[in-house]
Amino acid sequence: MTPIGTVHYLVVAAALFILGVIGVLTRRNVVIILMSIELILNAVNLNLVAFSRIWGLHGQVFAIFVITDAAAEAAVGLGILIAFFRNKETVNVDEIDLLKW
Amino acid sequence: MVFLSHIWLIPLLPALGAATTLFFGRKLQKTTINAVCVGAVVLAFLFACGAVWQYTDYARANPGKPYQNIVYTWLGTGNGEAGVSPVQQGGESQPPIIFLTRDGRPAPLQADAGFLLDPLSSIWLLFVTGVGALIHIYSTGYMAHEGGYYRFFGYLNLFMFSMLTLILANNYVLMFVGWEGVGLCSYLLIGFYFHRPSASTAANKAFIVNRIGDAGFLLGMFTIAWYFGSLRFTEVTQLARSGHFAIGDPIITAATLLLFVGACGKSAQIPLYVWLPDAMEGPTPVSALIHAATMVTAGVYMVARSNALFVLAPSSMKTVAIIGALTAIFAASIGLVQNDIKRVLAYSTVSQLGYMFLALGVGAFAAGVFHVFTHAFFKALLFLGSGSVIHAMSGEQDMRNMGDLHKRIPITHWTMFIATFAIAGIPPFAGFFSKDEILWQAWSSEGGAYRLLWLVGFVTALMTAFYMFRLMFLTFHGRPRMSHEVEHHIHESPKSMTMPLVILAICAICAGWLGWPHSLGGSDRFAKFLEPVFAREANVFQAEGKSAQLAAGEREEEHTSPIEYGLMFLSVGAAIIGWGMAWRAYREADKGYNEPIAAASPPLYDVLYNKYYVDEGYDYAFTGRRKVGDTRLGVMGAGEAASWFDSHVIDGLVNGAGWITRLSGTLSSWWDKWIIDGVLVNGPAILSRMLSYPMRLLEWGLVQWYALVMVLGLVGFVAYYSWR
Repeated sequence: MTPIGTVHYLVVAAALFILGVIGVLTRRNVVIILMSIELILNAVNLNLVAFSRIWGLHGQVFAIFVITDAAAEAAVGLGILIAFFRNKETVNVDEIDLLKW
Repeated sequence: MVFLSHIWLIPLLPALGAATTLFFGRKLQKTTINAVCVGAVVLAFLFACGAVWQYTDYARANPGKPYQNIVYTWLGTGNGEAGVSPVQQGGESQPPIIFLTRDGRPAPLQADAGFLLDPLSSIWLLFVTGVGALIHIYSTGYMAHEGGYYRFFGYLNLFMFSMLTLILANNYVLMFVGWEGVGLCSYLLIGFYFHRPSASTAANKAFIVNRIGDAGFLLGMFTIAWYFGSLRFTEVTQLARSGHFAIGDPIITAATLLLFVGACGKSAQIPLYVWLPDAMEGPTPVSALIHAATMVTAGVYMVARSNALFVLAPSSMKTVAIIGALTAIFAASIGLVQNDIKRVLAYSTVSQLGYMFLALGVGAFAAGVFHVFTHAFFKALLFLGSGSVIHAMSGEQDMRNMGDLHKRIPITHWTMFIATFAIAGIPPFAGFFSKDEILWQAWSSEGGAYRLLWLVGFVTALMTAFYMFRLMFLTFHGRPRMSHEVEHHIHESPKSMTMPLVILAICAICAGWLGWPHSLGGSDRFAKFLEPVFAREANVFQAEGKSAQLAAGEREEEHTSPIEYGLMFLSVGAAIIGWGMAWRAYREADKGYNEPIAAASPPLYDVLYNKYYVDEGYDYAFTGRRKVGDTRLGVMGAGEAASWFDSHVIDGLVNGAGWITRLSGTLSSWWDKWIIDGVLVNGPAILSRMLSYPMRLLEWGLVQWYALVMVLGLVGFVAYYSWR
């Protein structure tokens, strides 16, 4: 059994990323989409942390920044979502198309 | 100088009376109204006496100088001489109205509330307030049982205010204010019985005919302002006498003719006399005050006031003289056959006014003014007497239904007889002196070129005597022709009415003595009093063609010539012949008496009785009625033609202009809607909309679609760079 190496992390991260992308593209509920975006961000974090084994601690520092950013983004996104829900009584993304043209 | 310096109180007193009565009169007792209105006029009379008395002192100190008192300037700003206007005291001076005179000089258009007292206005002031006060007293008796008592006295006081403003004004504009004011009061008082259609029609007629004259006055006033740069009497007179202007100056001629149009309207001269006979619809005291003694002499006053201008325009003078003489004989001939007692007097007034203008026109201003003065007394007396007769006859005005009143109303009878002697020109009553002076001046002025006018005046004098004695005999003598019921009610009028009659009768006897001519051993004080106003003019006028000295000398010489005595005898003879003819014809007048003129020539009688069909002619010519009497004319009169022109051509032009505007509006709107909006604005928009349509299909609003495109693009890039 081969020891766990960088490639394993990358494979897990890629799987998470693809799951996130599929979630963003296919789900109608904005909450789920936001969660899928978190998946994508965390896939990136995993990549950063994995590569920091080779290139030093910069990657980990960057990952912490990304986590902070994700928290902020989730807060803002959910705030917008609640405001929107109060107006339209829906959180389905296919019903939110007022700005099209 | 307390009276002179407060001369503005004279018009103000009746104004206050009018304001009190018109605003609160409905609630006041008749006695209060009497006290306020009569009191105001009597006070004004006393004040006027005081002012004139002080003026004579003033005139002695400053010979030939009129007294001028400028209270403030109400039109344009005041200048240094004119006292400081209240507006200027506040630091904010209103900008003066500047206009350019004929010689290109800027002049301010201004008019003062200023008062001018000179011999001319003194005379008017005295008889207007004096006769006015007597007529006010008379009215308290005459109107005692009439409705609208307060209204009557309010208007009467308003009239006094306007008339005094007219007289005392020191410039044409303020004079015009009074001029319009008396016109308004005349209108209101003619239409006093407004429930009678004939009265309201007569009031309208008076007002409208007067407007025509007023237009002439206004234009004349503007011409004077434009030519002389001032509207003050003193300044205009000074400029006119300065010698800068040639005799016969066309602009002065035009201005004086325009002023004379105004005088024709107010003083009932041909062709604007038609309103005065109809004005008899008003109550009799009104006829006496406004339409005999005072207002109708305003035209004479205005012409006499502008004498310095008229002297510079001999053709205007000739016009005045000819119009005056024509009016005199024209109105007198109508008066010969009228049956309404007041209408006879009305035509007599028109005729006497004609005499006054004849005098003014031949340059005998003093004689004209003298006749105004004496006429005011005897004509007011005649009207008041006729009012007393009408009062006694329970409102009957037709002389055919009168007769034999002399024993029943003796005071009225005797006072009216005195006035008749006066108007007929029998010495020593007032009318003799003034009428004779006019006839003599007409004979003697300008070397006798006006002798035809003298003849006209002479015939008029004969007619005057005839119709006046006809009136007296029909009313007071002959057989009684009234119904029994009326006869039963005949009574002499109350003291308040007979007392003014007696006073006026005394004046009608004595007023003429003021102008006792030189030829009869008198001193002609009246003319001497007026000398500062007129003397120079007479000389200038005489000087036309000859030298002034020579003419003046000749005139002095002529004045004592035997011709004057001859003419005097002739005119007295005419008066006595008229008296005799009337005595023969009407002394025994019974029911169905014969009119001598009708017996001699029925067509002539018809023409005279119908007033030469002038009213019908005016109706036809100016008010658009095609029917004259019973005949219907086929051709349009000027009035109808004007109306047709107005409704077809003028209105057609107006409608055409409207139609064109609408058409162009429609066109413009079409252009705007389809070309500007459609092609130029919406066109590019539609184009870009069409061009952008395929792009829009891509942007259909689903966020995930955009994300998918991004992902696919990313995949595409990665694939491209991986397998390259």
